[in-house]
Amino acid sequence: MAQIGSFALLLALALSVYSFAAGLFALVSSGENSPRIGETARRAGIALFGAVVIAAVALVVAAFRNDFTIAYIFHHSNRDLPGPYKFATLWSGQEGSLLFWCLLLSGYGFVLRLRYKTDPRLFAYASVVLAGVQVFFLALVNFGANPFGVLEGPLRADGSGLNPLLQYPEMVIHPPMLYLGYVGFTVPFAFALGALIMRYPGEKWIHITRRWTMVTWGFLTCGIFLGAHWAYAVLGWGGYWGWDPVENASLMPWLVGTAFLHSVMMQEKRGMLKVWNMWLVFATFWLAILGTFLTRSGIIASVHAFAQSSIGNWFAWFLAITFAVFVFFFVKNHDHLKSEHKLEAIVSRESSFLFNNLLFLLLTLDVLWGTWFPKISELVQGNKVTVGAPFYNRVAIPVALLLLILTAVGPLLAWRKTSLESLKRNFGWPALGALSVMVFLMITPSSWGSPFGLRPWQDMAYFYSLMAIGLAVLVTLTVASEFYRGGRVISEKTGQGMFASMVQLTHRNTRRYGGYIVHFGVVVCIIGFAGSAFNQNKEKEMSYGDKMTIGSYTLVCRSYTDEEYPNYEAEWAVLDVYKGGKQIDTLTPERRFYKASQQTSTMPFIRSTPAEDLYVVYEGLNQDTGHPILKAHLNPLVMWIWLGVWIILGGTALALVPNAPPLVVRAPAASLVEHAAPVATGD
Amino acid sequence: MFMRRKNRKWSLRRVVQCGVLCVAVIVFAGAGDPASRFDELGHGLMCICGCGQILLECNHVGCPDSDGMRNELMAAVTRGDSDSLVQQSFVQKYGPTVLAAPTTVGFDRAAWILPGVALVVGFGLVVLVVWAWKNRPEPALADGLRPVRGAELEQFREQARKETDV
Repeated sequence: MAQIGSFALLLALALSVYSFAAGLFALVSSGENSPRIGETARRAGIALFGAVVIAAVALVVAAFRNDFTIAYIFHHSNRDLPGPYKFATLWSGQEGSLLFWCLLLSGYGFVLRLRYKTDPRLFAYASVVLAGVQVFFLALVNFGANPFGVLEGPLRADGSGLNPLLQYPEMVIHPPMLYLGYVGFTVPFAFALGALIMRYPGEKWIHITRRWTMVTWGFLTCGIFLGAHWAYAVLGWGGYWGWDPVENASLMPWLVGTAFLHSVMMQEKRGMLKVWNMWLVFATFWLAILGTFLTRSGIIASVHAFAQSSIGNWFAWFLAITFAVFVFFFVKNHDHLKSEHKLEAIVSRESSFLFNNLLFLLLTLDVLWGTWFPKISELVQGNKVTVGAPFYNRVAIPVALLLLILTAVGPLLAWRKTSLESLKRNFGWPALGALSVMVFLMITPSSWGSPFGLRPWQDMAYFYSLMAIGLAVLVTLTVASEFYRGGRVISEKTGQGMFASMVQLTHRNTRRYGGYIVHFGVVVCIIGFAGSAFNQNKEKEMSYGDKMTIGSYTLVCRSYTDEEYPNYEAEWAVLDVYKGGKQIDTLTPERRFYKASQQTSTMPFIRSTPAEDLYVVYEGLNQDTGHPILKAHLNPLVMWIWLGVWIILGGTALALVPNAPPLVVRAPAASLVEHAAPVATGD
Repeated sequence: MFMRRKNRKWSLRRVVQCGVLCVAVIVFAGAGDPASRFDELGHGLMCICGCGQILLECNHVGCPDSDGMRNELMAAVTRGDSDSLVQQSFVQKYGPTVLAAPTTVGFDRAAWILPGVALVVGFGLVVLVVWAWKNRPEPALADGLRPVRGAELEQFREQARKETDV
């Protein structure tokens, strides 16, 4: 397998070099054979996907065949590892995950090169840029971090096993989603750089890029939240986001990508922000690579970064080269990116997008600054400092709240100019509704449970929670009013019911209304985040029949035991849960000891309801008494976060669906001009 | 007349003073409570075992450091040590990385200043851009076309809004 894999990777590298060089030659030369050479470059790009697939399959087969002669398999697998995790070995370590990166990149390249007929010239440029990126990654897996390196010395009987924290079902899908996001941002970058180099006329490239960016953004969103859920369900500290550098690395391209998805509308609708969008596409790609550099170079300390290695230098050079290439072509061709219109009014959709972009970039800067500050501090004053959750909460939450205000106001603003009167008319009721909810939350007794009885003067966290919930309600009401107003227009013109009209409205402009659903999903997540202000936890050593009370729950220890499995040994407790004197559930939090890696891992038991999660961790046995130590967390509203993600993904999928044709309402000939207007157009 | 104005001025000042006092009482209410101080300080410190977690969130049974650190913190809070004294003693014992966020002295201050400066400068820049774009000259029109302005423009906008308002 090692030979097959190594050969396939070398072949893929050769094909990528050919695809890049021949593609470039075909674009710059005006010879008779240029189109044919360009076609061979395209086909080489398609063929390299096949070569990388062979390499990836070889590694997976080696994992299933327990081929411990391959160093990577020895370090990341073992004989008793369950099948799905053997498959996940592909992305469990440094070398394998880079091969997986190459696989996804060549997969995206495969699709791009197959769809070249959309615009052959633009696709040819994008294909060359993509091939350039592929050359880098394939050179890296061939010469910097080869997954098919062979162990010397006697044959090992068993492997070291997969990191126990990765032996969780979500870890089989979280990295692919995240990588689909990271890698996918190469495609918009390839189109943007291609369009810049060729001085592409018109906005077609931005239409193509937007669609790819939305798909990629959806994958990255899914990957980030799967990671958060994994952290919540496996790490056992009761939280889902720790502002770890690795988490931050995934958040930064997501934030800039989100800014791009908003500002791209300015270019499509008004021919504005062309330079800005070009830079946003580049920054998204560059930050994805920077994040990879952070997690793989060992330059920033993180609990779940890859081991320190020399490949950081590869990434540093790649970042420098891509930056230089982009700046060179930008300086050369930026005169091509002039805005076509002026801004007509300060209160307009255009202005709101500018502020929206500012806030997203400020958030990115805050995260980037916080992530790098320990290193900068070390360079400047000789000692490292920690930049943890308290820093990010203080600097990022106010900006996020401002962003939420814009999310509420933005959709109510018209392109070009909005009168204050129409803003008041559309915004008045939602604002009143949000204020009422905030007052209600403040005056209700806290005994009602979270989030009631929110006294913002008692704690800053309560203030943020109250603001977040109030603004979430505001966004929800403005989104609902947009659906209602649009539905009413269709209902009046067609005579359909309101719900059917709203469905039709959504079909007529999937991007706009899909976007609103995404906004709604975001506010559902925000409500979940706001619940963290009320988190409680308790720790207790419990023997048979011992009780622990947290919130309205009483946990009673029924028993505790241990058992041996092929891959691990497990200890767990059986806890009966009572609420209001009535037994409602039985929990079995667990702690595992993985034999191959000699590491332990907790498996918290989470009882999830819309109101709160009861999260119980088996921390281990007290060696003196032999009794288990259990920690219970009561985390309000967490389920809303996961629900919000589903809504976001649903909205994204909807926004990708093509619009239904405009509705034409039949009318008498005399009033045809007045009534035969397309319904549900614009954004 | 003069007296009335003076009284009004006096009463306004008194109202402001009372307001400030109320806010201060509300903000600092409960600040001296040992349990809340322990919680607040403990969430501002890191466990030094290498887990990268906040001290009060470190969840390893048998963690060589967190239990001892929590006991030290509880003892300091019970003694009535000030927040800065508690933090200083932890920094002296465990090094500056024990603090979960940069301090507000020396170079560490830069960590806090930059986001604020970026916010102000960013808003200033956007306002400047909006102003500059608003005052940008109209693009030239082809021969025979005239720009639509004022009431006529509003009329067209209203028509467009009605026809596409969904």
